[in-house]
Amino acid sequence: MKATVVQFPGSNCDRDALLAFTDALDVPARMVWHKEVAFGDADLVVLPGGFSYGDYLRCGAIARFSPIMRAVAEFAENGGVVLGICNGFQVLCEAGLLPGALIRNECLEFRCRTVELRVEDAGPFFNRKALGESLSIPVAHGEGNYRIDPAGLEELRRDAQVLFRYRSRGSGGEPLRENPNGSIDDIAGIRNRRGNVFGMMPHPERAVAGHHPSRDGLPVLRAALAAAEAFSGRVRAGSTS
Amino acid sequence: MTVSQKLPPNPDPVLNVTITPQLVEKHGLLPEEYDKIVSALGREPSLTELGIFSVMWSEHCSYKNSRPLLKQFPTEKADADAPFGRVLVRAGEENAGVIDIGDGWAISFKIESHNHPSAVEPFEGAATGVGGIIRDIFTMGARPVLLTNSLRFGNLDSDTVKRIFRGVVAGIAHYGNCMGIPTVGGDVYFDASYEGNPLVNALCLGILRHDQIKRGAASGVGNPVYYVGASTGRDGLGGASFASRELTEESQADRPAVQKGDPFMEKLLMEACLEMMAVPDLVVGIQDMGAAGLTCSSCETAARGDAGIEIELDRVPQREPGMNSYEIMLSESQERMLVIVRKGREDEIERIFAKWDLHAEQVGVVTEGDRMVVKQHGIPVADIPAKLLTDEGPVYHRESREPAYFKETRSWSPDSLPQPGKDDLDRALLRLLAHPTIASKRWVYQQYDHMVMAGTVLGPGSDAAVVRLRLNGTDKYIAIANDCNGRYCYLNPHRGGQIAMVECLRNLACSGAEPLSMTDNLNFGNPYKPEVFHMMEEAVRGLAEACRAFDVPVSGGNVSLYNENLNGAVDPTPVVSVAGLVREAAHVTQQFCRRPGDRLILLGGYPDELGGSAYLATCHGLKTGDAPRVDLDGEKRLHGFILARIRDGQVNAAHDLSEGGLLVAAAEMLYGEAGLGAELTLDGLAEGDRIDAALFGESQGRVILAVSAAAETGILEGARAAGLEACGLGSVTSETVLKVDCPEKGFSHQWPVARLKQAWDSAIPEAMRLPGLSD
Repeated sequence: MKATVVQFPGSNCDRDALLAFTDALDVPARMVWHKEVAFGDADLVVLPGGFSYGDYLRCGAIARFSPIMRAVAEFAENGGVVLGICNGFQVLCEAGLLPGALIRNECLEFRCRTVELRVEDAGPFFNRKALGESLSIPVAHGEGNYRIDPAGLEELRRDAQVLFRYRSRGSGGEPLRENPNGSIDDIAGIRNRRGNVFGMMPHPERAVAGHHPSRDGLPVLRAALAAAEAFSGRVRAGSTS
Repeated sequence: MTVSQKLPPNPDPVLNVTITPQLVEKHGLLPEEYDKIVSALGREPSLTELGIFSVMWSEHCSYKNSRPLLKQFPTEKADADAPFGRVLVRAGEENAGVIDIGDGWAISFKIESHNHPSAVEPFEGAATGVGGIIRDIFTMGARPVLLTNSLRFGNLDSDTVKRIFRGVVAGIAHYGNCMGIPTVGGDVYFDASYEGNPLVNALCLGILRHDQIKRGAASGVGNPVYYVGASTGRDGLGGASFASRELTEESQADRPAVQKGDPFMEKLLMEACLEMMAVPDLVVGIQDMGAAGLTCSSCETAARGDAGIEIELDRVPQREPGMNSYEIMLSESQERMLVIVRKGREDEIERIFAKWDLHAEQVGVVTEGDRMVVKQHGIPVADIPAKLLTDEGPVYHRESREPAYFKETRSWSPDSLPQPGKDDLDRALLRLLAHPTIASKRWVYQQYDHMVMAGTVLGPGSDAAVVRLRLNGTDKYIAIANDCNGRYCYLNPHRGGQIAMVECLRNLACSGAEPLSMTDNLNFGNPYKPEVFHMMEEAVRGLAEACRAFDVPVSGGNVSLYNENLNGAVDPTPVVSVAGLVREAAHVTQQFCRRPGDRLILLGGYPDELGGSAYLATCHGLKTGDAPRVDLDGEKRLHGFILARIRDGQVNAAHDLSEGGLLVAAAEMLYGEAGLGAELTLDGLAEGDRIDAALFGESQGRVILAVSAAAETGILEGARAAGLEACGLGSVTSETVLKVDCPEKGFSHQWPVARLKQAWDSAIPEAMRLPGLSD
């Protein structure tokens, strides 16, 4: 398995993501600069967090025009697995690779804290069996308020496209206010219908080591790698048939 | 030094005016300073030159009123055999100091103020303060790895203060978050003295190898001088001079002197510069354009390199047409750097900046001689010996006089207070915890990305912050703490200075760190007032004594004067920050109790003093008494003892006692996730001792440790053997109440921890709540 992390101007979680793969998971990973037009033989493409193009205009709105994004779109079109984290999630929405949009946090302020996520059953890789019921992972964003029209939301629910929700209930059923941004239906992460493009506001790469708030980011990154492995298997099967 | 040539008429006719005494005064220069300029140049300066002198000889750039005081600071480590902490670049030599941390690695760090800009334009003022200090650090060749800040505001019940507080925090968040550098700690105080003149001091720390250190020196005649980064505009004109006078009601009209920051631009600039500096032998010198912009960077690099420099303003990227030489030289547009590279390697720097879509324009060349020559359209507009602007500026020793109020405040005695009843003490703890200075700062730090770079081990809300750095396979743990209690300094600047330092060091010790080096930000009023100058002298003397006692050198800092509002000077506030090293991951210690049954030990005894305490201010409305006494030897023994016990693995939690005293510290130790309580018994109070002093006094040199029951006796005995006062204080319980018994005084009371936490948690969010918005 090989991971590729796309570096936009203003990306600032690119190194963290790279190190999460190479150090914590022992998976080879490399960076690709946004002006490149191809990324070679990646199995998993990661769009990292940060402030691509300073978040000017709208978060992710300019990055989607970077030369590398044509390659990312083609890769996804062919079934390749893409994971967008925070700003990467915003870029994927702007690029139309994921439905919906991310707007300013309801509190109008940046929020950095560790949140409790409820894992949803969203297909063969991201589900409670693989990830457990609940994850504790940091968020850090000013614009993570997920919005989608009612029909779109209905589709997300119907097709099990919601990966994670900010917990609204504790383990004993007591009310919790984990949603840091006012996101609709407490949505923290989604996938596309086909199941090969994933986006999430929380930062799994900040929850992989002993000094982090938890190591709950590891199963999340492993799930993305498992999806990528399945894709690579399909490609190999396809090329030999 | 050669006599300056007479200049031809300036290409902009507006600048061809006779220099009048009024113009000199408007530029903040004294008549004798102007005379010095004329005699050194051998002619009258042009208006552009006058502008250049006004910013370079301003307090902000020249330290003319503080330089003699700063000489008291030790700038080297006395112990030559120490395994780390050697100073590699000393204070004042470069944009920031550099200190060895072992294994060929070093840190560079510094704190800097942006007080006046933040007073008139809180968001941009604070944001560009962060941007400026980050440039100072990466200029040294270091990659910035953490930010902290020290903030002071007026009382939080004023709408103006709320507006400034909200803007400053949002500005810091905006810049630091976008840069991807974690803001891991800081301190915030609220006191009426800062009303209208907030203090915004930002710190950045970076990491580098010894062989990566870069200098801000222009050398090698013929080497090209590059301008990189953002274009020059008309913003921030004369910001350095603006920072060097008092704020008045008219200061709002100075808003053009405040710059506008673009953290995205700075992120690109930082990455491009670090990439460029990694190329062997390409960069000869580099300096950021901060205060006094192009002026300061060109004359300082020339002066440091014992060379001359010539620049052509037509080559400077400009945001708008028609800017004249005065405007270009004095602009403080942000996110710009001056770089001198080796001749013949121009294409290498240009290629790197093209990759990052940034300007890299050759604007000049290093010349023989000692002069800074500035041309526009090929016509000389300024021709000044570089060192006249930097090293040979004026230096003053101001008149000093002890403030008259000392007599009154120091004769105050706690006996003048009534003995408190049980209800008074009950309310006092809740009021102290809800005072914004003591209350939780979560409202602030949840707006800062304190986890980016994935290295934060202890984040905001601890005694000190600790980050882990991965350095080619080895891990280093760097700790940082900030401190300064302005009220202590107001009552006794000498003790206040010492306390700022020893409390910082105590915070580090409680976190398991040994100190490396100190950076300070001296925030005072107008130095021409003898009482203000006395405060500076005394505070610096106190700081310097504490630095020597602990062999912690000063590796850089900043002086911010003229911090005044309509009621006079702000409380003297010499903000101190000390960086430390934690030798092993296992030594990182935090303040929260985690195990029921753990024993609590108080090191340092019970106080009999209340002067300058938060209790006196909050519960009695008094800002009086003397600041707490300081025993530097005792502090040293205390810190050494704590570190030794931490290394033995015997300390489960440690917390320094500061504002609010014993009970506030004990309550804060119960705010962890474990959901615990504590039972405290205060034994051995003498007949004359006051219970409010024991519970809320702020005597120095005190720490609470949480240790296992098995370790308690050994630690108590060890502490006494080390000459420290030590007593068992009680134990950690699974029942979530704080119980306090003081048999000698007939006092017994308990508070539910949830009630204490609620008061502490909600004070700032309640004050800052915006109608119609949830948290």
